[in-house]
Amino acid sequence: MSDDTPPQRAARFSWSVILMPLGVAVILLTAWHIAVKVSGHDIFPTPLEVLRGFGELVQQGLLLKYIVASLFRVSWGFSLAVVVGVPLGLLIGWFSPVFSALNPFIQILRPISPIAWIPIAILWFGREDTAPVFLIFLASVFPIAVSATAAVQNMQPVYLRAAQNFGLSKGQLFRRVIFPSCLPQIITGLRIALGIAWLVVVAAEMIAVDSGLGYLIIDARNAGKRYDLVVAGMVMIGLIGLVLDLVIRRLERFDEVRWGYSNR
Amino acid sequence: MSFPGKTAGEQIHVLERIDLEVAAGEFVCIVGPSGCGKSTLLNIVGGFLQQTRGEALVEGQPVSGPDPRRIFVFQENGVFPWLTVRENIGFGLGQKSAEERDKTVAHYTEMVGLTGFEAAYPRELSGGMRQRVEIARALAASPDIIYMDEPFGALDFITRLKMRSDLIRIWQAEKKTILFVTHDIEEAVQLSDRVLVMSKRPATIQTVIDIDLPRPRDLDSPGYLHKRDAIFQAMGMSVRIGA
Repeated sequence: MSDDTPPQRAARFSWSVILMPLGVAVILLTAWHIAVKVSGHDIFPTPLEVLRGFGELVQQGLLLKYIVASLFRVSWGFSLAVVVGVPLGLLIGWFSPVFSALNPFIQILRPISPIAWIPIAILWFGREDTAPVFLIFLASVFPIAVSATAAVQNMQPVYLRAAQNFGLSKGQLFRRVIFPSCLPQIITGLRIALGIAWLVVVAAEMIAVDSGLGYLIIDARNAGKRYDLVVAGMVMIGLIGLVLDLVIRRLERFDEVRWGYSNR
Repeated sequence: MSFPGKTAGEQIHVLERIDLEVAAGEFVCIVGPSGCGKSTLLNIVGGFLQQTRGEALVEGQPVSGPDPRRIFVFQENGVFPWLTVRENIGFGLGQKSAEERDKTVAHYTEMVGLTGFEAAYPRELSGGMRQRVEIARALAASPDIIYMDEPFGALDFITRLKMRSDLIRIWQAEKKTILFVTHDIEEAVQLSDRVLVMSKRPATIQTVIDIDLPRPRDLDSPGYLHKRDAIFQAMGMSVRIGA
């Protein structure tokens, strides 16, 4: 039940948000180091060796080059997926004939892992940048389209009725009401798709191209069993994945979409 | 304004023949038991639902869909959460110049008592405040009629009393025609000039009761209690709880 006083807003920053994970990291790194030493394994690296591997990559100028290559492919593939997936999803969600016509194909294509598309991607695009971009596009477009469709179909009828009440044209209706009301769910779809895109770029690079973090990992192993570089690459992938997620989360903070997510 | 109509919702025969007249500037309440179809009736009149049989006429014209001359106020969530209070209230004012729009919005923001909250978003407001935004938005569009579908139903008792007071004050200032649906009999007596009592499904207007009491309505006056009891009686209800 609501009363006439506005709800309170809690805002508190505590150091534990940074210190706790840091503490856990220290514990994990120590455990990792001890485990390697105790097991007497001579190939799997200790944290220190990974750090040195990082240094080596930075010195050779490879780290930045590979990161940029991977990010470049993700940006292209993801952007294409947004440009195609959002309008497609909205159309499918809004017009039932379009839904009947296209939804079955989406549901058939969606479960096919992008990894399964790799042979075809290489066949069509060769070992160029286009192949990973295509794979990333494929991986991202489905979650984006599906979330856009769901957003339209789950839209509160009240918004539509209220908007129609004011005599809006179809175009105005879409621009001022339908799209803004779907935006929170679309952004959630973007977040999911970006995570998938980053996953896929690494896999795609392992097979299809000659640069990027995925390539680094497979090449480090093949060229000399440099597992310190393998793990360094993995750590880098993880960190960038985290940063990408945080960046997209910032989108959720805008006032125009904040209403769509429950308060934490 | 008159509408004769026969309608059925799904396979349930919800509304029988409904004949009612509302004069310009009148405040008319429709009360009835839950599920009797009063919201359905209002939605048909508002153009959101289509009757299965018969016609719905407003001011002699058939209802073909929602109309900006007749704004509907919903019970909950009618306010757009992605817009500020100011943007919500000005929503129907696209035709006007920016200057005129700002003036109108400011006027109605003040009228509903939300000065200072213009830049706030609905999620930052209480339920009562959100309903005020919706009412201001409806008024700002200068409609001929305002339809209200249990607009205070989601609010607590005290807020409801306040909102009713403010609504009457606004109605007296703006002189709008209001058709107000509620299940709350007391609310109907506190607010309206006339109360239309609906029967159970399939519903018709079974009784019309004129509330010719002066405003501000006095909850203690014998006149008030008399009218209230008349409605209770019309609906076959007892004024003794637990009897």
